[in-house]
Amino acid sequence: MSELTVRRSEVRGLPDVDLTTQLGGVTFPNPVFTASGCAAAGQELQQFFDVTALGGVVTKSIMLAPRSGRPTPRMAETPSGMLNSIGLQGPGIDAFLDHDLAWLAERGARAVVSIAGGTVDEYAKLANRLRGRPGLTMLEVNISCPNVEDRGQVFACDPVAAAAVVQAVRRNTDSRIPVFAKLSPDVTDIAEIARSCVDAGADGLSVINTLLGMAIDTTTMRPVLGGVTGGLSGPAIRPVAVRCVWQVHQALPDVPILGMGGIRTGLDALEFILAGASAVSVGTTVFGDPTAPVRVLHELAHALAQRGFDRLEDAVGLAHRPPEIYIPEDPDPVGDDEPLPAREPVSFEKER
Amino acid sequence: MPVQVQGEVLSMRRVGAYNAMTIVAPGIAELTKPGHFVALQVGGPESSMLLRRAFAIYDVKERGVYGGTVEFVFSIHGKGTAWLAARRPQDKLDVVGPLGKPFRLPKGRVNATLVGGGYGSAPLLPLAKALQDRGCRVDFVLGAASVDRLFGQLDAKRMSSSIAVTTDDGSLGEQGRVSDVLPQVLDRTGAEVVYACGPMAMLRAVSELAAARGIPAQVAVEESMACGIGVCMTCVLPVVGDDGISRMVRSCVEGPVFLGDRVRWDDVGTVPDDILGAPMSTGGGH
Repeated sequence: MSELTVRRSEVRGLPDVDLTTQLGGVTFPNPVFTASGCAAAGQELQQFFDVTALGGVVTKSIMLAPRSGRPTPRMAETPSGMLNSIGLQGPGIDAFLDHDLAWLAERGARAVVSIAGGTVDEYAKLANRLRGRPGLTMLEVNISCPNVEDRGQVFACDPVAAAAVVQAVRRNTDSRIPVFAKLSPDVTDIAEIARSCVDAGADGLSVINTLLGMAIDTTTMRPVLGGVTGGLSGPAIRPVAVRCVWQVHQALPDVPILGMGGIRTGLDALEFILAGASAVSVGTTVFGDPTAPVRVLHELAHALAQRGFDRLEDAVGLAHRPPEIYIPEDPDPVGDDEPLPAREPVSFEKER
Repeated sequence: MPVQVQGEVLSMRRVGAYNAMTIVAPGIAELTKPGHFVALQVGGPESSMLLRRAFAIYDVKERGVYGGTVEFVFSIHGKGTAWLAARRPQDKLDVVGPLGKPFRLPKGRVNATLVGGGYGSAPLLPLAKALQDRGCRVDFVLGAASVDRLFGQLDAKRMSSSIAVTTDDGSLGEQGRVSDVLPQVLDRTGAEVVYACGPMAMLRAVSELAAARGIPAQVAVEESMACGIGVCMTCVLPVVGDDGISRMVRSCVEGPVFLGDRVRWDDVGTVPDDILGAPMSTGGGH
């Protein structure tokens, strides 16, 4: 119990930096969130820290019906990362509303509900079921799902399909609730998909989802994962994620980004913010370190203070600033310095 | 309620083919019951191994000279456990525990048979102690591939009314599997409850033998985990609930101890068609 008290108190005592961040009209007290699929719906992590201390709790993608997910093995550890093939196991929207969202609302946590579907209509229905629910602060649309109406083509890889989902969700959601589309990095031009989602009404973008990967067991000589392929996450993908955030921010500088992909420390989080993210999600790191989100928040606040920032918002996208052109002051504006004395030319030993 | 603490290695010892590590982990020992487990970070702060390694708790001391200690037994399976085996006293380790649902103890004095495979006997030894404290009769059946892969047989002998040992190669006890001798033990001792920990195939055999005699079996499963705290959904297996509905449940929070007749042994590693939420309408999403 004492350990818990200590860890909770760490959330207080943050340095004097304004950490508030705006995501599509909602002001969050700080920019560190959990990541979808890495925190369930907050209750398990509450054992380790107070989830209301975070900017928001991003819940595991919920679907309309209960879903059993894929067979085991569902996980393979990879260098600085992991592959998962959970298959969106979940209780379905009804049980989620009654148990999970209700719990978050009761605690006063800011719930960012991630939704997933197999058709545009399923996404619309999910948005409708969530409408007006206490605790719902933002929607994150997981579009990295196969479109059953288009031969399993993943929504996030097609600008038209992605836009259709975003539009359906936006139309079925109260205007005060921001809708963020979560982008897949497995595309040729992420900025194109981003633009398409924003044109369809997305208030912001979550960047990035996992990368599709695979591992083969060299003893059994078969794929490791029951689902054969899986999503790669963890620090291994961080450079890819930072690049994606950079590209999306460059293309759409006014659109808020929730950045994620292998964030382990406050400096990792700062990297995303400098690339253009207004907030970050801490995901896979939680599996190895359940208190990581509050630690990252703490470290980020200190990193900002050390760099002289008064406000988080001043750091967002700062890496995009033009190179400073160094104009030295004229060392001798009037030409009255003493001329340098003449010197002997420097001579060197012969090459041996 | 589990805690995350910075632990410190107190001692390491070799036990046959296994390693037994004792960690000073304040706050964990006090809360631990037989069947609980701990999850450890491996590889240090800059490790490329992100996921925790889970180990059943063998022994706890609430008040050692250095504070509460937790001991667990492991064998080297891969890079993570190899790193762990290379730790020395005073090395720091990030520990989360106690985790999972422990063994449930009977209310009355009953005859209990405890079945351990390999180092699966580790959590059964403190369980035997707890059962004896309640006046239960305890009988052990321990099995392993060979004598060096048995764990705790001397303690088990000391703590029980009888012990039967099997090894695949006959290097100690009877040659064969625990399931070869278990029927006799159950019948001879008048077993009223069975507890088991070990490989899945053994747990299945134990569950079936117990079920055939109408004896409840509590089995501690070993599924590969990523987090150990219930957020990753990796360590699932098909289990029938109180309502008769089968679900893919997390062995880290709903287990690791399950009733043997509730686990759908035939379907472990698959998603059966009649499970809640199956079959999947679509193939994807992670």
